Amino acid sequence: MIGDGTQYKCAWWRFYFVIIAIGLLITALFGRMVQLSIVQRPFLMQQGDARTLRTISMPALRGMVTDRQGYPLAITTPVTSIWINPQEFVSNETNIQRVAKIIHEKPSIIRKRLAHNKNKEFIYIKRQLPPRQTDKVKALKIPGVHFLPEYRRYYPDGAVFAQAMGFTNIDDKGQEGIELEFDRWLAGKPGKERVLKDRLGHVVAVMDTIQKAEPGHKLQLSLDHHIQFLAYGALKKAVRENKAQSGSVVVMDVHSGEVLAMANYPSFNPNIRPKRSGSQYRNRAVTDVFEPGSTVKAFSVANALMSGKYTPHTKINTSPGWMMVAGNTVRDHRDYGTLDVMSILQRSSNVGITKITLDTKPDSLWQLLHTVGLGERTGSGFPGEVSGSLYHHRIWAPFTLATLSFGYGLSVTSLQLAEAYSIIAADGVKYPVTLVKRTGDAQGKSVMNPKVARQVLSMMESVLQKGGTATRAKIPGYKVSGKTGTSRIVGPHGYEKNHHIAIFVGVAPASDPQLVVAVDIKDPKAGKFYGGLVAAPVFKTVMGGALRVLDIPPDDFGAEARV
Amino acid sequence: MKLEQNPWFSIVTKPEQINQQTLWQKMHVDVPLLFGITLLTAIGLIILYSAGGKDMHFLMRQVGRFALAYGIMFGLAQVPPSSFYRWAPWIFGFGTIMLIAVLIIGDIGKGAQRWLDIGIIRFQPSEILKVAIPMFIAWFLHDKVLPPSFSVILICAAIIGVPVLLTAKQPDLGTALMLAFTGISVLFLSGFSWRLMILMAAAIGGVLPLVWSHMHDYQRQRVLTFLNPERDPLGAGYHIIQSKIAIGSGGTFGKGWLNGTQSHLHFLPEHATDFIFAVAGEEFGIIGACIILAVYLFIVLRGMYIAIRAQDTFTRLLAGGISLTFFFSIFVNIGMVIGILPVVGLPLPLISYGGTSMLTVMASFGILMSIQTHRKLVSK
Repeated sequence: MIGDGTQYKCAWWRFYFVIIAIGLLITALFGRMVQLSIVQRPFLMQQGDARTLRTISMPALRGMVTDRQGYPLAITTPVTSIWINPQEFVSNETNIQRVAKIIHEKPSIIRKRLAHNKNKEFIYIKRQLPPRQTDKVKALKIPGVHFLPEYRRYYPDGAVFAQAMGFTNIDDKGQEGIELEFDRWLAGKPGKERVLKDRLGHVVAVMDTIQKAEPGHKLQLSLDHHIQFLAYGALKKAVRENKAQSGSVVVMDVHSGEVLAMANYPSFNPNIRPKRSGSQYRNRAVTDVFEPGSTVKAFSVANALMSGKYTPHTKINTSPGWMMVAGNTVRDHRDYGTLDVMSILQRSSNVGITKITLDTKPDSLWQLLHTVGLGERTGSGFPGEVSGSLYHHRIWAPFTLATLSFGYGLSVTSLQLAEAYSIIAADGVKYPVTLVKRTGDAQGKSVMNPKVARQVLSMMESVLQKGGTATRAKIPGYKVSGKTGTSRIVGPHGYEKNHHIAIFVGVAPASDPQLVVAVDIKDPKAGKFYGGLVAAPVFKTVMGGALRVLDIPPDDFGAEARV
Repeated sequence: MKLEQNPWFSIVTKPEQINQQTLWQKMHVDVPLLFGITLLTAIGLIILYSAGGKDMHFLMRQVGRFALAYGIMFGLAQVPPSSFYRWAPWIFGFGTIMLIAVLIIGDIGKGAQRWLDIGIIRFQPSEILKVAIPMFIAWFLHDKVLPPSFSVILICAAIIGVPVLLTAKQPDLGTALMLAFTGISVLFLSGFSWRLMILMAAAIGGVLPLVWSHMHDYQRQRVLTFLNPERDPLGAGYHIIQSKIAIGSGGTFGKGWLNGTQSHLHFLPEHATDFIFAVAGEEFGIIGACIILAVYLFIVLRGMYIAIRAQDTFTRLLAGGISLTFFFSIFVNIGMVIGILPVVGLPLPLISYGGTSMLTVMASFGILMSIQTHRKLVSK
């Protein structure tokens, strides 16, 4: 044994005292445990949940927009945005450089943004990156770098459909065009999820879905991508060749009111956000008005025929190529001599049309133009659509009536013009205009004497024939009716001398009308400016192509012989 | 009082057992102590697997340390207490020199110089003192007349004071307090007078303001934060608030193994080391915490029993000191985690992830086993 075996004299009771003390202290620990986990439990649990449970919004997939054949015009793909919490992010060079390299951003820009937002807890570093890129950033596992799943809208055919489709903003809200008009239909409902987040704010697990994200609805437009491409291509070519300011083409289905194409030039790429500017993204076909000029003459002639006083063959003397109406001169390009009503339309004689219109009831022309939809919005519902103007006068001064008969003193949009002509083409039946594909038959309303409509239509065939103003619009194999128009642009000081709008509206096949194409080209400056020279060739390309695309049988078998 | 008259003795030891040497005794293993330690080790590894983020590699490192620690424990159990008696001054001297070495050449870890890198492992010399102090005090008191006289107590105070001050200088206040307590507990068990104790308590009370003024800023922060954790919920009070939430949200039965959110989502700091008890509380609830407390209590009481049954002053005081030190480290750690004691960086013995503290604890259990199994057989 140790040492000399000294008897230990230390007090026994001290050991028992210590044991009792240990017991008491353990009891104290136990008591505190009970206090925490039973008495204070609700409070502490709530505190814990408050640190870990978060409700986050789940973006809803925006509905796809397709053309009438199901060809995608606007699609949504998942993307990821990167954001940084400056409070957690260690903003040293390595971190910044590594992130910057992957997202192709200058490190100095990130550094500057971090410095500017030192006290914030949320700043976007880069929005809407493809998942492949963000996965690389995720792999770096840098604290304070977070990821936000989002969706991004893509427009596969960019500029071709740009104005009709419109676009969404970065938050996936419709801003223009179809995207704006049908925003609620396309948007869907964002969902809510309760998630578990760790201390760095990363989502660790999804606890439950409070509300499921409802994807938006699919939307099928009445547009046909083949025809749209044709229209856009032909328009682009014409605007460039004629050094024009802009132009629009509208293609409409005669028997349903469906718009098959609606193209504008200049256009823009809706996938590149900063390039969007006001003048380019306006859908000119519905927002810009112009005076329709001679294209109104079809209705002036219809008005004359409806009066019962005229037939297509009634002779009118237009010599000497001008006339005085209440102190104002109305002129033709030259002296056409004696013309019948059909020839007045073919040659576009202002004198002739004035004479027959002044012979009808003063209010009747306005009435007709009004019923075919001029001066009113078409009802397409397109955002920003304007009504144009068609004034009604209590007492029609002869000159006012005369100018109205050859298309001045009122303004229209390309879409209105196309609609008005499709009424003539549909035997006087007006169908509601739409950009959405119809599921059933369209319900039309007869607004014009069908016999007169047919007469006018067949009279307008002559416009494209020898002696007419639009021989360049002829389409081999098809009978085509149409009317040219050339009007002056109204500037701040009245009509401007050398600024014109070249217009052509046509219907084909004339014997069984299916399509209307309206073309207007603003301010061509390459020399030519007549509708028959500038707009008619566009019509020819678009209408000719559309007839083939839609497989519409030819109706003019003697065409070659007649050319 | 004679040993035979001790009521504890008659309860736990039947006279006929005294002369029987079991196989365990020949191997110098105290079965109840081994049972308690092994149970705790198993529980500890289960909790650590969860706290360490299900990292098997991480867990295996701890298992490796345990293997080494068990080896040390069984090894020391073979050593007769008389050897400890001879080594006591040397061990104490070695430990104190190491402490000085740390101050001069030690590694800086987490803002304090606590570590000594000796090539293979980095270790904390202050851990050695946890065993060396009770051993040396017991050695010193062994041939003194007990209860100790005032002058003896003063010498003991000096013996305790040197390593305590050296440790406090590192600065490691938690371990310094632990060491002080270790020494004082041996003194207390040796029977120094109450009157003196009250006097010393008063003296310490008087010195406290002085201590406060010499404390490091972070130490003051800890004390202030302990008094009011909500004072600084994002900074210094963060630890306590998070661990209270962990335990409180565990409730009676806990969230289940591997399901603790506070630890797995990294809200709970130091969840594999100092705050591992909160993980246990969160995942196994008050039931699990009680089981752990019960096993600890069992080990401590077994240690006290070994102390009571020890046959001389040195072994008795050494066993008592070791047991109380063990209890104290449990109490301080758990007290800290559940918010009744300030946050001092002390691990939970046998459960927390980490090296040196586990080795010291297991070594001290080896000494306990040695004391218990080398008893001179009483023959009448």
